[in-house]
Amino acid sequence: MKLIVNGQALDAKAPTLAELLAELGYEGDWYATALNSEFVPAPERAAARLSEGDRVEILTPRQGG
Amino acid sequence: MALAVYGTGLSSRLMLGTAQYPSPAVLAEAVKASGAGIVTVSLRREGAGGESGGRFWALIRELGVRVLPNTAGCHSVKEAVTTARMAREVFRTDWIKLEVIGHHDTLQPDVFGLVEAARILAAEGFSVFPYTTDDLVVGERLLEAGCQVLMPWCAPIGSAKGPVNIDGLKAYRAHFADIPLIIDAGLGRPSHAAAVMELGFDGVLLNTAVAKAGDPVRMAEAFAQAVEAGRLAFEAGPLEPRDMAVPSTPLIGRAVFS
Repeated sequence: MKLIVNGQALDAKAPTLAELLAELGYEGDWYATALNSEFVPAPERAAARLSEGDRVEILTPRQGG
Repeated sequence: MALAVYGTGLSSRLMLGTAQYPSPAVLAEAVKASGAGIVTVSLRREGAGGESGGRFWALIRELGVRVLPNTAGCHSVKEAVTTARMAREVFRTDWIKLEVIGHHDTLQPDVFGLVEAARILAAEGFSVFPYTTDDLVVGERLLEAGCQVLMPWCAPIGSAKGPVNIDGLKAYRAHFADIPLIIDAGLGRPSHAAAVMELGFDGVLLNTAVAKAGDPVRMAEAFAQAVEAGRLAFEAGPLEPRDMAVPSTPLIGRAVFS
């Protein structure tokens, strides 16, 4: 399934957002996710099903002003 | 008197950004030297693993300061609102420095989008710190939207120009007499910070002026002293400028030699 993850085209097998994060090797609790521009809280990632062409954002803490 | 925002007392009137420092170690030392109780942070994309973000977050937590996540770089209400919701989960705070940027070059806030986003986020329980201009009507709209603090710029972000519209800032302070006002953006030197604090602003938020200084740690300390001096001066009641010379030494009792 083709997805756009953080702006990059990516082929993934994971059927849900939670499984995509595991497939990509994300660990820890310091990132937040959005699916097609809508925030997906951590507890809802397992139920967030992915479809062809979906846009996923995975954001982590960064320096800011 | 201590400053309180959203029911939280602040130990310092200086808030510091965490971007553009030469190294994480210098950032940590600068935050300590500044005495800031609040630092701003952001959320950005990171590749597989997210380890870099994790390391930065660990560094910030070790500093023992409160974080104020921002929505920097967001150019629409939708982007800003989604980013704020994501930040709340990661940083575990309802506080959000709300930026809705209206122009790529000037980084001027889109005040219409700002008010709309502030209304949405305040209704969701966020404590919104809006990055705004010194426009009084926009300030009023932000308060109506649920903001309890206003953060007007004094010059464009990163410009280091210092207060370019002193009369506008005076009017802002007078108009919002009972609202915590924090100058956000445009400060370049400690004297700029002192100047706006002397006008009665409750605090300042700055980043580039410290991070890009030759010695960020010493500059952080310089800003801390300037903010404190400016506040003290405001509370002490500064003399207003006068058009004519006024002798400081008494005229009565002077000798006459001719």
